[in-house]
Amino acid sequence: MSDDHVYLSLAEGHDDSDARWAFGTGFEDPLHGVDETVPEGTDSAQLASYCLALGDDALVSAQRLAQWCTAAPELEEEVALANIGLDLLGQTRLLYARAGQVDGTGRGEDAYAYFRDADDFRNVRLAELPNGDFAFSLTRLLVLSSWRLAVFERLAVTTPDPVLAAIAAKGVKELAYHRQYAAEWVVRLGDGTEESQRRMKDALAAIAPYVDELFAGDENELFAGAGELRSEVLAVLRQVTDAAGLVLPEPTPVPGHGRDGDHTDHLAPLLAELQSVARAHPEATW
Amino acid sequence: MVTTLIDSRRAWNIAAQVPDPEMPMLTLADLGVLRGVEIGADGTVVASLTPTYSGCPAMAEMRAEVSARLRDAGFARVEIRTVLDPPWTTDWITPEGRRSLAEHGIAPPGAAPRGPLTLTLSPTRRTVSCPRCGATDTEETSHFAATSCKALWRCRACREPFEYVKEI
Repeated sequence: MSDDHVYLSLAEGHDDSDARWAFGTGFEDPLHGVDETVPEGTDSAQLASYCLALGDDALVSAQRLAQWCTAAPELEEEVALANIGLDLLGQTRLLYARAGQVDGTGRGEDAYAYFRDADDFRNVRLAELPNGDFAFSLTRLLVLSSWRLAVFERLAVTTPDPVLAAIAAKGVKELAYHRQYAAEWVVRLGDGTEESQRRMKDALAAIAPYVDELFAGDENELFAGAGELRSEVLAVLRQVTDAAGLVLPEPTPVPGHGRDGDHTDHLAPLLAELQSVARAHPEATW
Repeated sequence: MVTTLIDSRRAWNIAAQVPDPEMPMLTLADLGVLRGVEIGADGTVVASLTPTYSGCPAMAEMRAEVSARLRDAGFARVEIRTVLDPPWTTDWITPEGRRSLAEHGIAPPGAAPRGPLTLTLSPTRRTVSCPRCGATDTEETSHFAATSCKALWRCRACREPFEYVKEI
């Protein structure tokens, strides 16, 4: 079979509606055909809001990573950051789909991504801070991917909801690559020139106040092991900062919590851009 | 409606031959994303697919294509199910798929990592043979490439760049 034929066949329209992947195309359910049953004894509302929070972290992170397109220092890094963003966007879709199944509203992923305001988002604030320079973005990626990986590793084996467990098990493999990529850059820049080291120190100082938030607020019945999460993640971060000749400063936490809908001023403009097309043409199909 | 073993085989074969939209040298069966094709008591063909990466945009194309080809082949009712568990790993790529990748200049993956995911900061030495000249004097230029599942490498012997399906 020639490659031409493959692409031709994909370009042809098909009658069935379960076809294309974009806003307004009707392909809205990445969990299509998955058993939706919520296990007995699991609090549906809690499950839905936890899936939303984890989805919001990923969506906001994906949007920030996408903002590096055309702005990264090298093409390879741009491709890497976009790929990581795509993985996170995929995790978002699965988590939003699960939230829609269990919160009783039957909402699809678009409703969560495009038609909620900043106050309704539950992402941690570290995800929404502006990209800053490459040092800041890569340091943030290290912190967020190390934390999310540790969370997902636990969810994959301990959470009572089999769908959330499967989403987490899948994400673990992706997050391990994200963490590896970010860690290598942090070491390279920390152990690099005077200028790169200065930027890394500034990045760590700017990020440190938002680290505490990652470990508060995820104590719920769906997530066992929150107790050891902090020490495990901080040990990974120390492993990287030690190799980079850097120190993660003792943070003075910024009051408030993104999980309560308490956000910085940076989230609303990010969402305005993300949501502009969907809100301008809410009924659009193509 | 009486479904026969022959119908089931035929439905499997049709779904199995659908090419991957991003790596068309692989069929969905080669890639290991087609988990099963069954015909229910009412004659509905149920094809189960698993995504490679969470964000793989090819998943929608795969669903559409499997569904369309089964209908074109005369199966009136087709249902596509998503299967997340167990998650796909590159170990699901068949030996035939690995040969096909290499023949098309893409280095196939080694064994997928197992066990705890520890962070290694010392350079990892992985031997990847150049799919063009077979040399093992190769190096990675980027963990990430044109699709989620690939990394960029180059061969120091024949100087050609090549893609490599990274283990996951």
